[in-house]
This record gives sequence, structure tokens and C-alpha cells, in this order.
Amino acid sequence: MITEALPDAVTSLQVPQASRSAVAVIEMQQVSKRYRIGTPAEVRALDNISLTINRGESVAIMGPSGSGKSTLMNLLGCLDTPSSGRYLCEGFDVTRLHAEARAQLRLQKIGFVFQAFQLLPRLNALDNVLLPLIYAGVPVKQRRQRAFTALEEVGLAERWQHLPSELSGGQQQRVAIARALVNRPALLLADEPTGALDSQTSEEILQLFDRLHRAGNTLILITHEAEVAARAQRVLSIRDGRLL
Amino acid sequence: MKTERSQVAQRAVVQATAQVAQRAVARATVFGAPTRLSNRDALAIALFALRGNWLRSVLTALGVIIGIAAVIVMVAIGNGTRADLDRMIESLGANRIDIAPSLGRVGGAISNLSSLFTLTQNDIAALRERVPEIEAISGVLNGRTTAVNAERNWTTQWQGVDPEFFSVGNWQLASGEWIASDAYQNASPQLLLGETVRQKLFGDEDPSGRLLRVGSVEFLIVGVLQKKGLGAGGNDQDDALFVPIETARRRLLGRIGIPPQTVMSVTLSVARPQDLAYVEREVGAVLRELHRIAPGAADDFTVRNLTQLVSARSQTTQLMSILLAVVAGISLLVGGIGIMNIMLVSVTERTREIGLRLSIGASPYSIRQQFLAEATMLSLGGGLLGILLGVVIAELLVRWSSLSVLLNAQVIVIAAVFSIATGLFFGYYPASRAAKLDPIEALRQG
Repeated sequence: MITEALPDAVTSLQVPQASRSAVAVIEMQQVSKRYRIGTPAEVRALDNISLTINRGESVAIMGPSGSGKSTLMNLLGCLDTPSSGRYLCEGFDVTRLHAEARAQLRLQKIGFVFQAFQLLPRLNALDNVLLPLIYAGVPVKQRRQRAFTALEEVGLAERWQHLPSELSGGQQQRVAIARALVNRPALLLADEPTGALDSQTSEEILQLFDRLHRAGNTLILITHEAEVAARAQRVLSIRDGRLL
Repeated sequence: MKTERSQVAQRAVVQATAQVAQRAVARATVFGAPTRLSNRDALAIALFALRGNWLRSVLTALGVIIGIAAVIVMVAIGNGTRADLDRMIESLGANRIDIAPSLGRVGGAISNLSSLFTLTQNDIAALRERVPEIEAISGVLNGRTTAVNAERNWTTQWQGVDPEFFSVGNWQLASGEWIASDAYQNASPQLLLGETVRQKLFGDEDPSGRLLRVGSVEFLIVGVLQKKGLGAGGNDQDDALFVPIETARRRLLGRIGIPPQTVMSVTLSVARPQDLAYVEREVGAVLRELHRIAPGAADDFTVRNLTQLVSARSQTTQLMSILLAVVAGISLLVGGIGIMNIMLVSVTERTREIGLRLSIGASPYSIRQQFLAEATMLSLGGGLLGILLGVVIAELLVRWSSLSVLLNAQVIVIAAVFSIATGLFFGYYPASRAAKLDPIEALRQG
């Protein structure tokens, strides 16, 4: 009964096919983020950022810690709203969106990959991957099929029954990537995806990202490592809240 | 300075209003309703979470278990008592009023022996005539005697009554027939047997039509009355035999010698229950007039409304019900607070999970659903166990105590509704707290 109301909301999110190519995945215009506004301790975490990321691009956002790259990622991922400026995600003005609507935008448009994997420990790989599909109101049978397909894409199909604790760090991150992919997002947003992995596993994960990019996914990598950033088509450097 | 400040304030208000309006528009036109979990998904997630910590879940539900069990027992006792009272009123005869002579006591001693016999057949005739609301009325004489059937004898109570007596007390015939009206007029030695007396003297036989010696007189047993059980005073109403009042006066009362035409008590019934109070007053007024009692002087009779007497007896059980209701209320409250407490702990423990769910697209609404479902499952589970416990206790009460207990589906539905309501009420705040978490902060935890 409740899920029946969903399709409307979902279709309203989809940009008409004709205008799709014309709309950038990400468009930021003079976006600033300030904390503790109006107090002497006001912090300008982001200052006048403008950037455009088109469909199919792979972009690295690089900067040392404290540079504002986490704040930028939170904004890009619609987890937060800018203090000023305009941010269009797939043509939707995030600045004006309520928390519920931003949740829908995340659900339909963005796939997150975190440094710490963020898998739920009591769910097996398949159940972790299909988590977003529950919120998207996908019927149970399809959920499992689509989750299994996503696990195949990251090469972990035969391990679908394993709990996160039974998987290596690299495998856990693959499960997390499958979860990010499962709802076919417009944008993959990876925050230090190799930060918790050794160099060999890191390389495997980065190769997986390369493959996903070649398959047509739009990719944003947030990192402080130059070698990781070098894999991207375009590198944006951020320092003290400004793009260089 | 002042104008500047008010301008700033004004601008802030305008901005805020615009923001709210924009948000409302964005919410309504672009995205429609918030994404929600289907009831099935919400339940599945909740059950999975509760199973992961099942011992804690059971302990948390304990308060609700006890509360609901108390609700079940309380309602069962209340129902049982009500059914008991209905049965008792039924057996006494509904809408019944008894009149007895008032013993003229002075400091505990009976001062005037003649005050034992203040009611007469005259009074009865006058009441029947002047209070038309009276449906049936009968004088009563009574005493103790021994009835003898061959080898067996039984000491019991005899009652001399008018024909309408049986309609006042709602007596039914088990076998034989009623005493004919000419037997009343002729003071014939005929009688009706109460069930207890029949059993004591005749075992399994039907004695209708046979003779029975009562005291020194041979009586014809015309019929046997149906069993009625215990009366208002806990006496066995069936341990009696009934003879026409004139027969009693001449043949059973003989040696005692009471004033002619007097009766020991009068019993009457009223057709409509709403007339009871009026008839009670009217009977008093008529009797005072007939007995020439001066205004302000003490009555030489008392009027008792038996239905009221029975209701008074129910107050003890009512008090017990109230006590149980208080216990139920307190344990549901404590149980609910327990659930709220554990849910708050759970929200704190699972902050990272909530952050993750929010970041992959769960709406705050669906997070609230998840935790509300968890709290409700806790209290509903507790409720079901409580129902089980309550039914067991009720069964034990039936077996081991004199309390009357009546269980029905209504009780169980009430209990289930109560437990769901407890979960929703006490789960709402923790669930709202989970829904309001900032995903960025939540992900950073742990």
C-alpha cells in the first residue's frame, strides 16, 4: 500500500531522456559552506566553489585533511546543503530540498563508497548489497536478482552468503561498491576508498573503479593520495576551502 | 540603530518564510510523498534487529508481559463477578422488595415482643390495592421442622406462602404441578419440595403425588421446584418446603400461637425496574398510615430492596478490580518506559547503522518507521506473552480460589490493543530521535 505511492516520486526524479545529455551530473555555482554563522567563530569550510562534472567523467578531488574536501563530498552527496550558491545534482536544486527529498535524491542518483566500508555486520554480502533496493521499494525477488548481478560485477558473486567478518578488507570494499552500484546511480562518490587497504588490494580496487568508469559510470574520487588521484581523468585540488 | 536592527529582523523573517515556502514547494511538486518502507519490510528489519539481541528484548518486554497479564486477569475477574451477580439477581427474582417487622430494640434487647408480628394479611391486601406497580406480593410464615419419609428424615425450613410467592422469587417447577388455588383457600395439607429436601429424602426418585410427614401432619407432595442455588445471604434456597400460608398457620405454627392474620414477612416484586425506588417509598408510606405511625416516630417495619443488597456485595470485587487496574497501569507504564529506555540505547548503539542507511537513501521517515516497528514488536510480543500468562493465571484462579473468572475474546483484543498502543507511545520519541540524526555526524561515529 505504501510502496504503491512510490513510482510517482521516482519517475518525477528522472530527467526526460532528451535533456539528459545536456544536463551535467554535477553543477555547482559559487557554493559556500559556513559553520557557526553569525558568531565570532564562523568557519568558511568552502568558499565560492564552482564546478561542473559531466556524465561519464572520472574526477578526483584532492587535498590535505582540513582542506574542506569532506565538506565538499557531503555537499556533492546531498548529505548537506550549501550556505549560499547553487548546487544542481542532475538538474535538481539541492539548496532548496528538504531532508526527505534529499534522501530520495541520494537513493536514486548517488552511490556512496566509504573508507571504512560501512557494511552492516549481521547481514551477509547479498543482504548488504540489496539494502538500497528496500528503500527504493523494489519487489523482494528483483532485489535479490539485482543485488546478485551487482555482486557479479565486482567479482564476488560466489561469496554472497558470507558475513562481512568472513571477508577480507578488499572483498568488503567490493561488497560496498556493489551496494553503491545496485540502484544504478548517476554518480559514484568514493571517499578515500583505499584508505583502509594495503597497496596491492588498493590497486585491485582502483582497477575496479577504472573498469566501472570505462563501463560509463560517472565517478568522483575523494583522496589525499596523488597516485590515487592520478587514475582520474581530471584532478581538482582543494585547499582552505577553495579550488586551485 | 533601532531601525537597522528591525530591518535585519525583518529580512530574517522574510528569508525564513521564503525558505519554508520553497521547501514546501520542493517537497510537494518535485518529490511527492517521502519514501516509506512497506509494512512487511519494516517488520522484517525490526524482527531481525530484535533477534540479534533476543535476551535483552525479552527482558525489556517483561514489564509489558506483567502489565498485560494483569489486564487479562483484571477483566476476567470483573466479567466473572458481573456474571455471578446477574445469576444471583436472576435467582432471587429481579426487582424484589422484602418487608420485615422492625424489632423494637432498646439497647440491643427486644423491648416489645409484639413487635415481631406487625405485618398482617390486611397490609398485604392494602398494598396490592394501593400500589398498582406491584406485580406480585406474598406474605410469608416460616419455621423449622423435620420431614420424614420412611427411614429417612431431614430437618429443614418450611415456608407458608401465598400463590404469588413463586412468581416473586422466580421459582420454576421441576416436576408435578403447582398447588391449586382451592388448596390455598381450604388450607389443605399440600406442599412443594425444594430440590435439596427432595434429594435428602427421596434420592433420585420423583416424589410428586406421594405423601410426606412434616412434623405430625401428613402432606401431599404436589410438585418439586427447580434448583436455585445460594441466596444473597449464602443460604441454600432449595433447602425448604413450601405450603399454603393458611395451612402453615393452622397445622405447622399451631403451638407457637401468633396473633391471627399476621405474617412474619412480606415479599413482593415490581414489574418495571425503574419503579423500584418509588414502590419502596410508597410501600413505606402506606404501611406507616395503616400502622398509624406518627410523623417522626420509628417505623415498626423495614423495607429492603434485595437487588441493592446484592449490588453492595459486588463492591469488594470491584475494589479488587480497581487494585488490579492500578497494578496493570503501573506495570504498563514501567514496561513502556523500559522499552523507551532500551530503544534510546539502541539508537545510540546503532548510530553508525542509521547514518549508513540515511546515506544510501533511507528517508528519515523510513528510519522512524524502522524504530517504531521495533518498539511495537517488543511490546506486542510482550503483550502476547502477557496474554498467555494472564490466561494461565485466570485458569489457576478458577481452580484454586472462589473468585469467578470469565475469559472472552474481547479481553484478549483489549490486551493486544493496549500493548500495541504502549509500543507506539513509548517508541515514538526514540524513533524520532533516530530519524533526526544528521547522517554526516552519524557516519563519523565509531
